Amino acid sequence: MSAPLLDIRDLSVTFSITRQGGWPWSAPHRLQAVRGASLTLAPGQTLGLVGESGSGKSTLARAIVGTVPASEGQVLWRGKDIVSMTAEQHRNHGRHVQMVFQDPLDALNPRMTVGQIVAEPLRTHFPNLSKAEIHRKVGAMMERVGLLPALINRYPHEFSGGQCQRIGIARALITDPELVVCDEPVSALDVSVQAQVVNLLQELQREMGLALLFIAHDLSVVRHISHRIAVMYLGRIVEVAEAEELIENPRHPYTKALIASVPIPAPKAERARHRPVLQGELPSPMSPPSGCVFRTRCPIAQPNCADAPPAVQKLDDTHWVACPYHANTDKPVQI
Amino acid sequence: MSLLEITDLTVSFDTPDGTVKAVNGMTLSLEAGESLAIVGESGSGKTQLAFATLGLLAKNGRAAGSIRFDGQEILNLPEAQLNAIRADQIAMIFQDPMTSLNPYLRVGEQMAEVLMLHKGASRRDAMTESAQMLDAVRIPDARARLRMYPHEFSGGMRQRIMIAMALLCRPRLLIADEPTTALDVTVQNQIMDLMGDIQRDFGTALILITHDLAIVAGSCQRTLVMYGGRVMEMGATDDLFEAPSHPYTRGLLNAVPRLDVPQEMLQTIPGDPPDLTALPAGCPFSPRCPIRHGPCADIMPSLDGFAARRLRACHADREAVT
Repeated sequence: MSAPLLDIRDLSVTFSITRQGGWPWSAPHRLQAVRGASLTLAPGQTLGLVGESGSGKSTLARAIVGTVPASEGQVLWRGKDIVSMTAEQHRNHGRHVQMVFQDPLDALNPRMTVGQIVAEPLRTHFPNLSKAEIHRKVGAMMERVGLLPALINRYPHEFSGGQCQRIGIARALITDPELVVCDEPVSALDVSVQAQVVNLLQELQREMGLALLFIAHDLSVVRHISHRIAVMYLGRIVEVAEAEELIENPRHPYTKALIASVPIPAPKAERARHRPVLQGELPSPMSPPSGCVFRTRCPIAQPNCADAPPAVQKLDDTHWVACPYHANTDKPVQI
Repeated sequence: MSLLEITDLTVSFDTPDGTVKAVNGMTLSLEAGESLAIVGESGSGKTQLAFATLGLLAKNGRAAGSIRFDGQEILNLPEAQLNAIRADQIAMIFQDPMTSLNPYLRVGEQMAEVLMLHKGASRRDAMTESAQMLDAVRIPDARARLRMYPHEFSGGMRQRIMIAMALLCRPRLLIADEPTTALDVTVQNQIMDLMGDIQRDFGTALILITHDLAIVAGSCQRTLVMYGGRVMEMGATDDLFEAPSHPYTRGLLNAVPRLDVPQEMLQTIPGDPPDLTALPAGCPFSPRCPIRHGPCADIMPSLDGFAARRLRACHADREAVT
């Protein structure tokens, strides 16, 4: 593997939440949205990030982009820590890392034309470009993502959901970034349109050598697009592995449960599956369980799981799991 | 006699932008105790079909055709008569469990109200029955939970409460509109399992409305695929997934990434979902169809039967659908 583009070390993000009805001087609640996350991402690769709502995957993404301050740890971009960057450095860094959001229409300013929306990052990061040059680049990029350049003066509401997501992708790619963080980019789209956007992202990645951080709750989509997958649960990364390895040979009990929960569009195969239904729901991130955060729903929990967060074990060069008892569930999982 | 018989149903809405034709001549029947999935993307008319059945259309909506429930015509019944059928005979579960529960009322009040209104039960009996029903949908400590407000429950728990509430009067038909779309996948699993058990134990007929083919695969006996307010095809779930007979179904199945089979490239359906104010005269799928030919854009294909209880509406030969 080449030198990582992004190297996240022990990253934590904590939010302070003011107590309702509390005294102004009483200490605020602390919500640890991400705790001790470590990940690397190589240039041109896709890292998938899966987890249920409240697992902290979006917060981790925002900490990487820099829109949410990290409370501990480092985010190294080509070896330089972006957590300690000055505002000026941060602005320059912005053109290398762009973001695509979930709700395609909400992420676009309704009072700007498509041309203005796509051109805005260029104006911010390359203020010396001439008008003609910007116009040319925007037209080329629109064409590249499958939008007719003739639509440049239209407004977002005139487009369908899939087209709006194409606009969002064009805006993210116009500065020629090295990393695009996609936060649930296809969840709001219809199935038939979802495939178009997934394919487009893969094509663009190959052509432009993009690294993608692809966040989704849909494991099937993440498996399809990712080289590596990280699984998050309640603010912690519980397992990281190559995509095939993670699906075929999951080690963490949560990963196994997650894979078993994903329905398959084939009736006979679906009925034949052994589905261990995971009991209960995600505990509140305000008061996570002590020790291992998954222990309250874990089928193989031991009494000492409550004592301390499990250490991350390295199974081989690319497979990491945060469960000391992962060998105890050596029953084969059926996909 | 079928439990539910819908014949030639049309639903349209008058809007400033023109008439939106949400449902265009739907015909379907459902036997007692049977489970039917209605699959479609946004704008396929699947939700409006359910709303028309229960008389829940928006004020600018108009429905025509026929919906017979247990032999009785229920389309466009006056409100008073509909209220006797709603909840009592046909119950509905909605997508978002938070907005379907009244945030100001304790869960017990909301549940008991259903029984007091429809069955004339006393408050005490209604509460007891409600607690039993919460127990049936596997909410632990049901008695104490009756005194809690909706915001004190998680999303999955709220959906369980909605299911319990829908079942209170032992309806003969349960319509679930995207019941798990707002839930996480492990919780979705729990809710789908619960719906299956409930359907077996109570003998309730189920219409599951969803966009997710994968959920349908494991849960319903028959599947109906809708597009642009029309039936594209219908059949036993196993047969339909095994050998889809319509290019739209084929396209949908190809477009979903599968966890159990790695794919190089997803096959896409080009274009966007249909504009319901400007549907083509012929097949609504024809602008996006890979095998459209001569008559497709102008003449709507009829819904014809073939094989065992299967129906399809397509001008192309079945062999051409690959």
